[in-house]
Amino acid sequence: MDILLEMLEKDARLTPEQIAIMTQKDEGDIKAAIDSYESRGVILGYKALVNWDKTEREYISAIIELKVTPQRDRGFEKIAEKIYNYPEVKSLYLMSGAYDFQVILEGKTLREVAQFVASKLAPIDGVISTATHFVLKKYKDNGCVFKVPEKDERINSI
Amino acid sequence: MTDYSKKLSKTAQSISPSGIRKFFDILDDMDDVTSLTVGQPDFATPWHIREAAIDALSAGKTYYTSNAGLTPLREEISKYVKRRFSLDYGKDEIITTVGGSEAIDLAMRALIDPGDEVIIPVPSFVCYGPIARLAGGVPVYVDLDEKDGFTLTPEKLERAITPKTKLLVLPFPNNPTGSVMRLPELEKIADIIEKKDIFVLSDEIYAELTYKGRHVSIASLDGMRERTIIASGFSKAYAMTGWRLGYTLAPREISVQMLKIHQYAIMCAPTASQYAGIEALCAGDEDIEYMKAEYDRRRLYIVNCLRSAGFECYEPLGAFYVFPNISKYGLDSESFCSRLLYENKVAIVPGTAFGSCGEGFARISYAYSVKHISSAVEKLADFANKIKNERKL
Repeated sequence: MDILLEMLEKDARLTPEQIAIMTQKDEGDIKAAIDSYESRGVILGYKALVNWDKTEREYISAIIELKVTPQRDRGFEKIAEKIYNYPEVKSLYLMSGAYDFQVILEGKTLREVAQFVASKLAPIDGVISTATHFVLKKYKDNGCVFKVPEKDERINSI
Repeated sequence: MTDYSKKLSKTAQSISPSGIRKFFDILDDMDDVTSLTVGQPDFATPWHIREAAIDALSAGKTYYTSNAGLTPLREEISKYVKRRFSLDYGKDEIITTVGGSEAIDLAMRALIDPGDEVIIPVPSFVCYGPIARLAGGVPVYVDLDEKDGFTLTPEKLERAITPKTKLLVLPFPNNPTGSVMRLPELEKIADIIEKKDIFVLSDEIYAELTYKGRHVSIASLDGMRERTIIASGFSKAYAMTGWRLGYTLAPREISVQMLKIHQYAIMCAPTASQYAGIEALCAGDEDIEYMKAEYDRRRLYIVNCLRSAGFECYEPLGAFYVFPNISKYGLDSESFCSRLLYENKVAIVPGTAFGSCGEGFARISYAYSVKHISSAVEKLADFANKIKNERKL
């Protein structure tokens, strides 16, 4: 049920009942499909998209480009595993092109992130080099533009 | 002091302003109202379409276009109506207009002589009667019934036709009822039209928002093309209400007459909008499908919510409105809607705004987010329960 995934990807707060009504399916079937997606790891979680810039919380994110030497037998997997197990690592991608891994890190301060790169990422076996880019401002993330929702300006009309 | 009432056009003065305006004025002055009144899409125009207009302006496309509109635009409209509705119109049978409204005006003015009768099924959008009268015509209203799914039946049409009848307005998919007319129903209407030798103004502005099957234009039926003017536009299909871009499709003989009126009264549709229109037609089919799928889910959702809350509500198959029957609550439509507004802060439009036969109904728009619909219908249900208890229904 691709439509179910599309709907939840757009609005994870839709209830199985609402989805059932909107797709004219049985609510039980929707629940079962969601359970199955969750158990097979198709649906991995449901989260709020937070703009931390609008809160008091100290927060910085950075994109780190890593060049590595793939290990014999296990290629990139072993190195990837070492990286993604750190909770500070928000995303990890294996990339085509000039470098191998893109790591998205989140920390409280610039120093904390720099420290993490120097003491945790750089020393991993097989890592040849790192390049750290700090995020200055987020405009859009996961399809959402970071701005206050606009007031409905549509006039009442018939 | 000039006595304006003696000087101003009698026809203009005799036209009453839209009755719903007062209600909307009250609504505009209130805070915290959850509104379900809006008659336009809640999507912004897709970005690539907006960008095409920006590019046109950047490139200095700030002049009038030819009266009928840019040739590439009319060529694309021609391809689009063929692709999506199996309609054959050459570029000389297409006039781009300032919204669907101008298209309706052109059609009426090109066809109507003083005293000609124009059959207008109601409930429907409020412009047909006044525009017919401004053209010298006489509106003849035909009340549609809920039991017929608010479609025009052949019996009703035949009863309304007189020797003076010139034109039938066919406003489907319909605002406010959400009703559509399918092929078998249209065939019966077409037979009568041909037999009685009258014309049809088919207002197909909501054609792309047809659910459970595709829209059928009466012009695609045998013998009907020569006696039909289609008024349509970009507002609802591409979420482009503010661009004021529409068009007429009509045989050359009719188009020639309409073009003269358009030429003297309007000149041409806004140039930047025309460039946006080309982009919409060339690359906007997916936008239509996306928005339609969204509306369809909300349609199913709101009908279900209303029925669960105890409202009688037939299933609308077009546009983005539901038209529940509220007569069982024992209040007239206007009282129901104004009490709902004052007491539970939800705004919906009384059915009577669309003709007296809308009494007992209300129009609810679902051009809103699911969350908005959900919270509005909850309040609406609270209000309905309160009325029920009050009246011991």
